[in-house]
Amino acid sequence: MDHLQTIDLHFSYAPGEGEAPREVLCGVTLQVKKGEFVALLGHNGSGKSTMAKQFNAMLLPSGGKVYAAGMDTADESLKYEIRRRVGLVLQNPDNQLVASVVEEDVAFGPENLGVPPEEIRRRVDAALRAVGMQDHALDAPYKLSGGQKQRVAIAGILAMEPECIVLDEPTAMLDPRGREEVLDAVLRLNRERGITVVLITHYMDEAVRAGRVVVMDNGRVLLDGPPREVFSQVELLKKHALDVPQATELAYRLKAMGCALPDGILDEDECAAALELLLGG
Amino acid sequence: MPAILETKGLTYEYGHGTSMSKVAVDHVDLSVRQGELIGIIGHTGSGKSTLIQQLNGLLRPTAGQVLLEGRDIWAEPKKIREVRFRVGMVFQYPEYQLFEETVRADIAFGPRNMGLSGGEVEDRVRRAAEFAGLRPELLDRSPFELSGGEKRRAAIAGVIAMDPDVLVLDEPAAGLDPHGRDVLLSQIQSYHRLRQNTVLLVSHSMEDIARVAGRVLVMDHGRAAFFDRTAKVFAHGEELERMGLRVPQVTKIMDRLRRGGYPVAPGVLTLEDAIRQLAPVLRERGLLHVQ
Repeated sequence: MDHLQTIDLHFSYAPGEGEAPREVLCGVTLQVKKGEFVALLGHNGSGKSTMAKQFNAMLLPSGGKVYAAGMDTADESLKYEIRRRVGLVLQNPDNQLVASVVEEDVAFGPENLGVPPEEIRRRVDAALRAVGMQDHALDAPYKLSGGQKQRVAIAGILAMEPECIVLDEPTAMLDPRGREEVLDAVLRLNRERGITVVLITHYMDEAVRAGRVVVMDNGRVLLDGPPREVFSQVELLKKHALDVPQATELAYRLKAMGCALPDGILDEDECAAALELLLGG
Repeated sequence: MPAILETKGLTYEYGHGTSMSKVAVDHVDLSVRQGELIGIIGHTGSGKSTLIQQLNGLLRPTAGQVLLEGRDIWAEPKKIREVRFRVGMVFQYPEYQLFEETVRADIAFGPRNMGLSGGEVEDRVRRAAEFAGLRPELLDRSPFELSGGEKRRAAIAGVIAMDPDVLVLDEPAAGLDPHGRDVLLSQIQSYHRLRQNTVLLVSHSMEDIARVAGRVLVMDHGRAAFFDRTAKVFAHGEELERMGLRVPQVTKIMDRLRRGGYPVAPGVLTLEDAIRQLAPVLRERGLLHVQ
């Protein structure tokens, strides 16, 4: 079952005075199945953030169709239902937290949906547990680290019991540990609860942990496949201002020098193991 | 080479004298030589930002000193403005601070404040834009018409235009795509090489730091946990991980091979270096088929 679907999606932002409209999305057709974990990559300006906003009806198509959880985003009457079912997490955690106490922040969404108080309590506790922030329920958000704030923002989305979470560079402002905390939390939600995840990121080491990688370029889909397949296209990715993990590139460069290493090495463990095998054999 | 910038017992306590006080920087002693490019790493809350804000007098130390060319920057508090011209600071996401009508006026703001003549200001703007990799035709546009990467460059040019002896950059490449990061980092490197001044670069990207820094300062719980040559610092992989930091992937791979008994050096920092080290090892075993 397709959970998110775009069909020949076109989009242009309203042009400034005297300017020609510039198309940001130029005919994107993409299906994301229920329970998938998709990493969406692309250089700045490739259209990936615009895609994120299309998925929960923050932006509407200029042409083509977007279906979120089976609902047409162009249908104004479905807007709130779509946003409840497809949650969006943004880059800067400070712009997403609204309350002065963590648990009140998480309760904000379900309160707005008119969920009864005892049900809100249950959802808030469950959401904070799901991201490992239950011990901070009564803390002030400003006292938290970036990774913790971002996990609270995710809990706030979870409390609305969505089927899908779209994250737009959620780790861009975080330190290495914060990045790992957020990524681990998101992976767990996907594996344990079957929540569909679309993760937009510039970090290739995060993308390799997804089940599927989609690379956008100038408003089009350039590559779409499992990480091992996508990251074996080292030259193509580099040509489009993207990168591959360092371990992947090291193996690729040695291979080009005639080393018998396998294709599509994704992380440091795989690379070190392959080199050890080669050197020891 | 004499030290251009030093800290002695530098300590900063938020809420000093209250029950909520918290020591953010704890007795840090540093000595930075003229012309160095220093990387600063540490997890969020480790004291990096509080440290750098004291280097140009935005925060006044609770105890200890900051010395610029041997002189305490707070010796004459009225002259702290001059220190801010000499130690230039590029904050995180500096593009949010662009405010003038044109990019040119924005970059000129600093040098004009320094009381330079019109001709000199013009000259500074032109050179700063060049250093920051900003195309000349962008100078007469509104900052708001620029792309994210261009805005970032414009904001950096505004600080470079003051021609600081010490340039401090806090996460200058955050949020840029891999290619944008690479280009900006190379730009900073070539600025540093040409201008031959001192640059302090704060980053969460260990790969970036490994690539450009001569020495690395590691902040942890307000203290300077390490301050040493880059290869030496990144040879402490396990300690860095305990501090919430990482080492670059190639450093890890090469370290594992070295511990497995293969003749490669410790503290390999870049892909190029890794290949240089591995090539002879592989060739010797007949595992390379191309020269």
